[in-house]
Amino acid sequence: MSVFSAFLGFCFNLVEPVFRLGQKWLGASRIGWLFVGPNLVVIGIFTFLPIVINLVYAVTGGVNLLPTQRPFTGMENFTTLLECRDYTDLQTCRTDIFLRSIFNTVKFSLIQVVLMLFFSLVTALVLNRKIIGRGFWRGVFFYPVLLSPVVVALIWKWLLQSQGVFNAGLVAMGSQPMDWLLDRHWAFFWVVVVSIWAHMGFYTLILLAGLQAIPKDVYEAAEMDAAPPRRVLSRITLPLLMPNLIVVLVLVMIRAVQTFDEVFVLTGGGPGSATTFIVQYIYLTGFAEQIHLYGLAAAASLILAIGLMALTLAQLRLSKAGDAGKVKK
Amino acid sequence: MANFLTRPRGRVHGRTSLHWTDWVSYAYLLAGLIVMFGPVLWLVMSSFKTESALSQFPPSFLPYSQKEVLVAGFDKPLPLYLAKDEQGQTRELAQVRRIGIVATMVDPLQPQTEIRVNINERQPVNELKFASGNYTELFAKFSFGTYLWNSVFITVVATLITLLFNSMAAFALSKYQFTGQKTVFVLIIATLMIPPTIILVPAFLVISSMGLLNNLWGVILPAVATPTGVFLLRQYMLTIPDELLEAARMDNASEWRIYWRIILPLAAPAMAVLAIFSFMWRWNDFLWPLIVLSRSEHFTLQLALNAFQGELNTQWHYLLAMTVITLIPITLVFTFLQKYIATGIASAGVK
Repeated sequence: MSVFSAFLGFCFNLVEPVFRLGQKWLGASRIGWLFVGPNLVVIGIFTFLPIVINLVYAVTGGVNLLPTQRPFTGMENFTTLLECRDYTDLQTCRTDIFLRSIFNTVKFSLIQVVLMLFFSLVTALVLNRKIIGRGFWRGVFFYPVLLSPVVVALIWKWLLQSQGVFNAGLVAMGSQPMDWLLDRHWAFFWVVVVSIWAHMGFYTLILLAGLQAIPKDVYEAAEMDAAPPRRVLSRITLPLLMPNLIVVLVLVMIRAVQTFDEVFVLTGGGPGSATTFIVQYIYLTGFAEQIHLYGLAAAASLILAIGLMALTLAQLRLSKAGDAGKVKK
Repeated sequence: MANFLTRPRGRVHGRTSLHWTDWVSYAYLLAGLIVMFGPVLWLVMSSFKTESALSQFPPSFLPYSQKEVLVAGFDKPLPLYLAKDEQGQTRELAQVRRIGIVATMVDPLQPQTEIRVNINERQPVNELKFASGNYTELFAKFSFGTYLWNSVFITVVATLITLLFNSMAAFALSKYQFTGQKTVFVLIIATLMIPPTIILVPAFLVISSMGLLNNLWGVILPAVATPTGVFLLRQYMLTIPDELLEAARMDNASEWRIYWRIILPLAAPAMAVLAIFSFMWRWNDFLWPLIVLSRSEHFTLQLALNAFQGELNTQWHYLLAMTVITLIPITLVFTFLQKYIATGIASAGVK
């Protein structure tokens, strides 16, 4: 411990002269720049600069990583990604895998958001009841949230493999074992199940916090009026929980649209392209295929960014509408 | 259903007997316990099975493996079976060899007399045994130590720098008034809306032109400025009274000393929350390391797991053990520091 504090003291002495000098030059209040400096440099280099460069990539072609050596191609990348001869048939598209990944992502997000809301709401309502050991039960549902996506995927891959526990169950019931992850519909099903399993606890926690913030006297008033439980749920609990529900709705959507890790390890996007999502398309196009098509990947990133921005705006709209509604009441 | 869902907590009903809605709640929670912990427990149990036990179908929950005995006259331990001998008596016999459908067996106590048994008339003798071999061999057969070290290095160093940079920024944004301060705060918070997934290609360019490809620092540096960290610490530092700073300035303390000796110690609870989150973020990181670290000697545990599971003949017995080791630190955090995590989620909505 004394070694540690000596080390800390050493760090302190190392930096202090710099700040003394800065204080002399900048004065007492502008020295704030010196404190935010490191943070600003890091986000400048690794976040804001890349946003600008991303635009350059999106309108240039070729396989060179250096932006200065990439030929300008205008909107070529976007037409490559989005052009179809017949928009009702994905197979006629120039990059059918990209549109398929968008389709998969949208389908996945919509299914997942409904199920996630349902299960986290029910779980939060149960946890909000008078139960013994609430802390323990809350932890039970929260534990998978902390696991890494790779670990989550491997846990389920082990359960779903051909000699796994689910197949043992099938055989015990007298049916044939299945290749769960090699059937496109089942693979999609399990991807949804696994992502709900892994993230439900987080949203449950948000909703539980919202439930516990609802004042008790509202319920007492309802009890006085002998309101039936169904009405208490639909007229008190759900309306008062609405802000939290909106937050959860948007968070789930934003995360679902960016799903990559778990699915990549669990199914690899397969079978075929049944579980290939947008981020995986970006990863494959830009980094994993033989030829790294950075331009296409950057253009796909921009399309993803537009989708995310729309979701964020929707959240602002919704939460404003929610606030306005509250004022009226 | 509605009746069961709306009964708020703290409401008194039937003092001694449980209402039917309580039974439903507990049944739901119990099912949750099985669904949430079951898969993890199954994985942990499987990781203690030997390779041959893993290939048995149907699988068992507990790590049973076939019992083996050392018999005089044989170098290797022989597998034990329950088999009928020539007299039709069922005995525990050790199998010497097997040709076609005939197995040659001996009684472990009388190894001289060989007994021939049809393989359909023998049952393996299983025993409960936690095999630690999967774990010990990880270190011997693979460069598992390297992966572990890479993960630990990235996690620890990135967390330390994250704490330093974010607390410095939070200090400036909570305790100083300078022109452009609002803009800086908005800029930092705005990065919340720019997830790494949408700037993968240009961020890759930045890292590669800095010469940080296949370098652990290439994973660490982009991660050290987290908007959530700045936000969380700033909100906490706002509650530290300015009078403390004024008193220190009276004593001619430098601004750095004020930050280091006053603000940091006082902000320790918020720093702890951020440290835990940063630890989990970096330990669980996948996509960015996957892009930056392509050589196996730089793999983190997550990357190694991914690489091994992708091989044609997945060696599940090693993979399972490796997965368990990877989830141990997170499980420890969960067990002992859950309170802080709940605080973090409640105060900043971080994950």
